Formats: sequence, C-alpha cells, structure tokens
Amino acid sequence: MKKVSLEVNGKKVSKEVPDHTLLSVFLRDILNLTGTHVGCDTSQCGACVVHVDGKSIKSCTTFAADLEGTKITTIEGITQNGKLHPMQEAFKKLHGLQCGFCTPGMVMSAIDLLKNNKKPTDAEIREWLEGNICRCTGYQNIVAAVKEAASKM
Amino acid sequence: MASLVGSRVERKEDKKLLTGRGKYTADINFVNQTFAYFVRSPHARAQIKNVDTSKALKAPGVVAVLTGKDIADDKIGGLIAGWRIKSEDGSDMKVPAHPPLASDTVNYVGDHVAVVIADTLDEARNAAEFVKVDYKVLKAVVNTAEAMNSDQIYKDIPKNLCFDWLLGDRAKVKEAFDKADKIIKIDLINNRLIPNAMEPRAANADYNPSNEEITLYTTSQNPHLARIIISAFNGVAPENKLRVIAPDVGGGFGSKIYPYAEEVVCSWAAKKIERPVKWVADRTESFLSDCHGRDHVTHAELAVKNDGTFLGFKNETTANIGAYASVFATVTPTYLFGPCATGVYKMPAAYSNVKAVFTNTAPVDAYRGAGRPEATYTIETLVEKAARELGMDPAEIRMKNFPTQFPYQQTLVHSVDSGDYVKGLNKAMEVADYKGFEKRKKQSASKGKLRGIGFCSYFEACGIAPSPVVMMLGCGIGLWESAEVRFNPTGNVTVFTGSHSHGQGHETTFAQIASDQLGVPIENIEISHGDTDKGPFGYGTYGSRSLTVGGTAIVKACEKIIAKGKRVAAKMLEASVEDVEFSNGEFVVAKSNKKKTIGEVAFACYLPGTYGEVKSPLPEGEEPGLKETSFFDPVNFSFPAGSHICEVEVNPETGETKVVKYTAVDDFGTIINPLVVEGQVHGGLAQGIGQALYESCHYDGSGQLITASYMDYTMPRADNFPEFQLDWTCTPATTNPLGTKGCGEAGAIAAPPAVMNAVMNAIGTEISMPATAEKVWKACNKNKKIKSEAA
Repeated sequence: MKKVSLEVNGKKVSKEVPDHTLLSVFLRDILNLTGTHVGCDTSQCGACVVHVDGKSIKSCTTFAADLEGTKITTIEGITQNGKLHPMQEAFKKLHGLQCGFCTPGMVMSAIDLLKNNKKPTDAEIREWLEGNICRCTGYQNIVAAVKEAASKM
Repeated sequence: MASLVGSRVERKEDKKLLTGRGKYTADINFVNQTFAYFVRSPHARAQIKNVDTSKALKAPGVVAVLTGKDIADDKIGGLIAGWRIKSEDGSDMKVPAHPPLASDTVNYVGDHVAVVIADTLDEARNAAEFVKVDYKVLKAVVNTAEAMNSDQIYKDIPKNLCFDWLLGDRAKVKEAFDKADKIIKIDLINNRLIPNAMEPRAANADYNPSNEEITLYTTSQNPHLARIIISAFNGVAPENKLRVIAPDVGGGFGSKIYPYAEEVVCSWAAKKIERPVKWVADRTESFLSDCHGRDHVTHAELAVKNDGTFLGFKNETTANIGAYASVFATVTPTYLFGPCATGVYKMPAAYSNVKAVFTNTAPVDAYRGAGRPEATYTIETLVEKAARELGMDPAEIRMKNFPTQFPYQQTLVHSVDSGDYVKGLNKAMEVADYKGFEKRKKQSASKGKLRGIGFCSYFEACGIAPSPVVMMLGCGIGLWESAEVRFNPTGNVTVFTGSHSHGQGHETTFAQIASDQLGVPIENIEISHGDTDKGPFGYGTYGSRSLTVGGTAIVKACEKIIAKGKRVAAKMLEASVEDVEFSNGEFVVAKSNKKKTIGEVAFACYLPGTYGEVKSPLPEGEEPGLKETSFFDPVNFSFPAGSHICEVEVNPETGETKVVKYTAVDDFGTIINPLVVEGQVHGGLAQGIGQALYESCHYDGSGQLITASYMDYTMPRADNFPEFQLDWTCTPATTNPLGTKGCGEAGAIAAPPAVMNAVMNAIGTEISMPATAEKVWKACNKNKKIKSEAA
C-alpha cells in the first residue's frame, strides 16, 4: 500500500492505495469518477485519456502512486460552473459523438492538441487522434468539432 | 410550432455523455457486490476430463467457484439459436448443445469453463489461476472452406454441417446460363471481423432475496430479448422476477443483440450466493468471446448477354458460424444474405446455396449489415468484373440492369416498395465528379501513385420485420415494436420505446417525431428505453429497424392520444367530436375560436372534476388518464438503397492504399435528423472501409486467436479516412407513415465493394480483403514482373 496525495479536478485528494493501482482504477473505483472509461488492455484505445499537469496521458497505463503532487483533470473537471467547455460544445453542435464511450478520452485528447497547436489542419487533427479509437462516428464529425472548438478557443 | 422532422436538432443525450455523467454497466456498483472472473478454455477443442476447484476455493476473498457441473445440476438451460433453418432436402438444421459453462467439451479458445467469484476483481482473477482443468486436447477445425472435410466436432453433426440451404430455382438458373453469351465467375472470401464496440461487454446482477427478484444490468441492444431468453430458455428466474436494464451502452453493431453465457452465469450466481455479481470483459476477452461477423467463402457466377444484360446469378457459399449456433447466426447467412445477393438489379433467375459449418472458433453472428454486406460484396464485385470483361463502363452496366418500375418484385424474396436507382447513381457520379477521374488519375500517376475508382450500387432489406413473415421463415420471435406515450398530468410527456439506443440518438430523433405529432416542445418530451420494468415488451435495436418499426409505433400511439384528446376536448368545448381538429398542440372547434391545448386536455384527463359541482370533463364512459400504447408490426421490410463511388491511391512501391475520395448517395426515404443520419453513414463507412483495407480476424491452424488485442487487430483510426462526401435522394417508403427506410447499416454494406473495386481498378489484379499494404505490394510486384517478362 502506498499513500498518494494529489489534486483531482481542483480538489485535494489523499488516499492509501495498493502499489499497482492504475490511475484509471483510482479515478473510477476509488473516487467514483466514472467518466474516464477503459476500452482496452493495451493502451491503444484512448478512452481513458485524462490530463496530468495539463498534458494528456492514458490513465490505464499510469500508476496512481507515481503521481504524487500532480494535478489531474478528468472529463468531469472541464465544465466550468455548469457551462460546457468549448470542445464539449463543439462535439455537441457537430454530432462528434454517438455512443459516447470513447468521447471523454477523445475530448481530453483534443483539448491537449489545441494547447500545442491552436489552428490544426484536418491532417494534423487526424494524426493527433491516432491514439483514440472511435467505432461509431467514422471520425469525420470529431475532426469538424475540433476545428470548430479551435475557432472558439 | 415549426416541424422538427427533417431538422438538424442537436442531440438531447449528448450533455451527460460529454460531461462524464453517462452510466454504462461498468459504472454501476452495488453494496456488497462480488466480482466474477471466467476461466476460459486455452484450447480450441478439448475434452474436459476434470475440473479441480479446491485450491481456488481456498484463495483469499473467494466466495464461490462454479463449473459446468454446477450449472447442469441447477438445470440452467443452454444458449439458443433463435432462427430455425431447413436444408434444401427438407431436414432441420443441426445445432449442438451450448451450456453457459462447458461440462464435457470446450469448442473454442475462450469458451467458458468455470467462474470464480470473489470480493474483489484482483482476488477473483488471482484465484482463477488455481482452477485446475484437465483437458484432453483434440484436433481443431478452423478453416471455413475445409470444415466439411475435417474432423467431426459434434457426434450428431456429420460434416460439421449445420444446414445446406437453398433459396431460388436451380433449373431456371441453368436455363438462363445456357442462354448466356458469357459467364462471369468469381471466388471470394468475406473476411471474418470482430465487431469491437468500444464498451466491452459487462453485466452486474443483483438478487433481492425478499422478493426473489433479479435485476440484471447489462450491455444489451435488446434488454427485453435478454429477459425472455434468460427466463424462458435458461430458466434462471421467471420473467416477472427478472428485470433487465441496459443503461447507457457503448455501441453494439450487432454483437450485443442477445445475451451471452456471462449474463446467464452472473444472474444465476447472484441468486445462488445472494450477493450482486459484477463482470466486465477486458478487451482480449471481448476479442475471444464476443460473437464475430462475416466469414464466408463464396463462388458466384453471373450470366450475361454481350450487351451487358443480366440473365442469371448463382451463389455457392460456405458460411462459418463458429463453435455454436448463436441467436441470429443461422439467419444472417440465409434470409439476410441470399435475397440481397442478386443486388439492386433485374435478375430473371437466381439461387443462393449456403452451407453453414461449425468450426472451433468463436460463434459468428450478426455484425453491422448482417448478411447484406456479404451479399453486396458478392454481386458488386461480380458486376464490376462483368463490366471489365465486357469492356463496359461500370456505371453503364449497372444502369442497364436497374429496375425502374416500383413496386418491384425482386427475384428471390422481396417486393421493393419504392426507389429510384437511376437517379441515385446519376447523382453519385455528379457529386463524385466521375468525369474528372481520368484527370485525377494522371495527377496521381505524376506522383508515382496508381489511382483507381470503384462503384457500388446496393439495396438492403431493413425495417426488420413483419412478424408473420419472419416466423414463417423460422424466426423464433416476432419483430414488431412497441411504444407507450404517456402524458404526465402537468402536460409533459414520457415516451417508452421497445427500441434501444446505444449511439443512434433515439432520445432526440424519437422526441422529434413525438413533438411533431403532439405539438409538445421537444424539451418537454423524454424518451425512456432500456428497462424491462418501465416500458412494454419490445424487440430492441438492430437491422436498421428502430425508426421504421419503433418510430412508427410512436406515431400510432400518438394518434391514439389525439383520438382520445378529441373526445375529451369536444366535451370540454361543448362541441361534437367530428368538429374538433387537432394541430400544433391544440384542439380547435371548426369555424370557431374555441380551443383547448393538449396540455389542458391532459390535465383534465388526470383531474376529471370541478370544484363545487359534480362535473367531469370526460365524456360518459371515458376512462381518466392520458396514456396510449401501440404495438406496430410492419407489413413489409423497408429498402434503403444507394450508390457509392470510391477512389483510392496506391503506392506501388510500398503497397500502401489510401481512400482519397469517397462519395455516398443514399436513399433512406424520409430523414428525421440529417445530423444523426450523416453520423450513421460516416460510422458505417468507417467499418466498411475497415473491412476492405484493414481489419481481419485471424486464427492459426490450432485455433488460437492471433488477433486478440488492438496491437494485433487493426482498428481504423482517424488518419485512415478522407472527408466523406454525402448526399441523398429520397423516395419515401410507402409501408410506414413516416416514409423512413433506415440508415444504420448502409455504409458498412456499400463500402467494401466500392473500395475493393477501386483497388482492383488501380492495380489491375483481383485481390482479397483486407487489401493490406503487404498484399497490394505483392500484387503490384507480380504485375511488374509479368509486364517486364512480356516486354
């Protein structure tokens, strides 16, 4: 067991967890933040993407115990005072989601892209999202939503 | 109030899904819950000589270890094949027993042998290592084409043959072929796919000992079907003591239509140990144990005249249905495949002969399109080959053979109510700038790339389905749909539907329909689905049926509401019923300004009295309340159709093939919400292009699944696709009041042949799916060699 203290969505959290606890398990099973999803076992699908100190990472292959002192943001943490983040707004407006399972990871990944590249081209968006698999949308409306969000952010 | 049908209404369900507030089965937890971990067969085929659970039972946290013997002792029934198919010789199909936990034999890698139930998932998984299974490994049957000549898997099923089915007339086909100028022949493999909904399957069963009721949360496209099967066939609990809830479900694509062994086992075990039992598949478990799709080996022939007129078609297919006959496994390669294999054409004579074989692989069942993609791939690659061999333009040969009069009686089964295939193909050529192809080909050539163009014109039978017809053909269930429209006393509305939305957007599109019908603002309408304790029995979502069948049930229930509303409004307004008209949410007495809103009428229905006097707003004999139910059984299938044109660029040096231009012109009849329909087409195309270029399920010779993770099975990614160009034509369906036809499967049906025809056009060689870089590179190299030798 290891004690880990960090900040999740602006709230300080301190928990004793087994050493092998993955961040995805920590968020879902210990903090009940079930918006972060797990869709594979090999760090491929990207449904579990969250931000650690502002950078997108796959929470299914990160140990919670390694994140002492960090600031974590999950899909539940990007809505401000009930107002959707521009990326969430854009996904809604342009139908960038269907079943919604990959969506949290997709949104968190896309937000990180815009931090690094304020006006990405279609090709840059598609390349960036290579680590996020969606089975429903064919990606077209996701790409459109990321562009729309870029124009609003 | 403006009509919402036809509008790009943003989805009502999105806010919760975008903020992480969706509730999928894996997100649901109960107090005192246990975790199940399945011990699965590592062998494709083996006898189970002994299962020793003693060590596992002593492991920390373990509550129970249950085996095939336990489930047999409790007389829990097996999983079922839901559609009875007869062979050409009149004999019934042969199916093996399929116990939820194997007792004597295991028949594919991943088959369920035992379940370990413990306080935590880690404990269950660790203890599973201690379950000692003594196997006698037998030779596995893996290959589809060779299955009939391989070792016999089941003692009562010779040649591993489930059925040998015929649809059509062999003698008429022979006559047609005798008259032909040319016979075009093709041999095809429709590659086996793994559906891969992004949410892995999961179940959480909670047993309440006080009322002996089980509540099962599960990843289902069809919770009512899950309940009736787990109750009536598996015998876990009577229907009235089993509640099945499919909450938010993360995609299905056919793989979640029916219950699997895990749901049966979790429900049974929860009752046995009197604690909730939760199971969530990891991705490799999903690869191993979700039903797979496709897996056909086909030889097809087309008889043509020199002018390109089609005279006849024959189709000899072997379909691999895996180790057991899953619920829709037997209808997928027969009635969903055979009738559509003649394509969208006038075909004077045809037959489809399908041999379904058992192999030691995961069961194969419906996957997006289910039979119709296999049919369309067969006819559309054959038609393109006919065009090549006759030296005709691929559009010209199609145009020549399209029916132009509707209703059109198609050769094998369907009477197609409406369509305009000529218009669809013309529009597709216009949108795709077919005329400009040669110029684009030259541009590609200047970069060292081979550019190819491929066509696909398709039709599909959707809106599944008229119950008496499908039951006559062997279906074990009806395929109508239900809706209950319930006005609440304060005037807002809850609509219960038997359909299930797992990405399709019913909470929005169904609300658009109800809003238009009732004149109630969409924000005051809630769509409720996925809980057998809430709405009436229904048949769920698959086969592009929800809008056409389920949506119509909503319309019919709304019509009943309005009929009652008129009677009540007439009494309230002291008019005769015949004089009351309804529009925009108001009951108006003709030629007067007397009116009542539907909200006022609903309120009066629930509070039928007046202060100070005995006076009811209800006509004599009218019951209070305002709630109506409809069970709608369609009179026919619906027939979406369209033409897709794909352009690919092949790099002959690397074999890399990219779809660079894709045009889809579809006729889905009336479109309720273009935003949602476009999304459905995009998603279908991605799966269809995935099948053509990337995806393939592969078992090795011993039956080990080689493609059992996302490291090994190629899932299409964002950078695999261009921006798709979509357009529509519209001939409304005449068989439902909405005029809708269904749109969910079209992309997956049309894309594989469109892409493969483009690849073959580019490289000039026949090639099988998926057209991976390796295969294409080899084909290009071979062509180069032939050319240089010829020179």
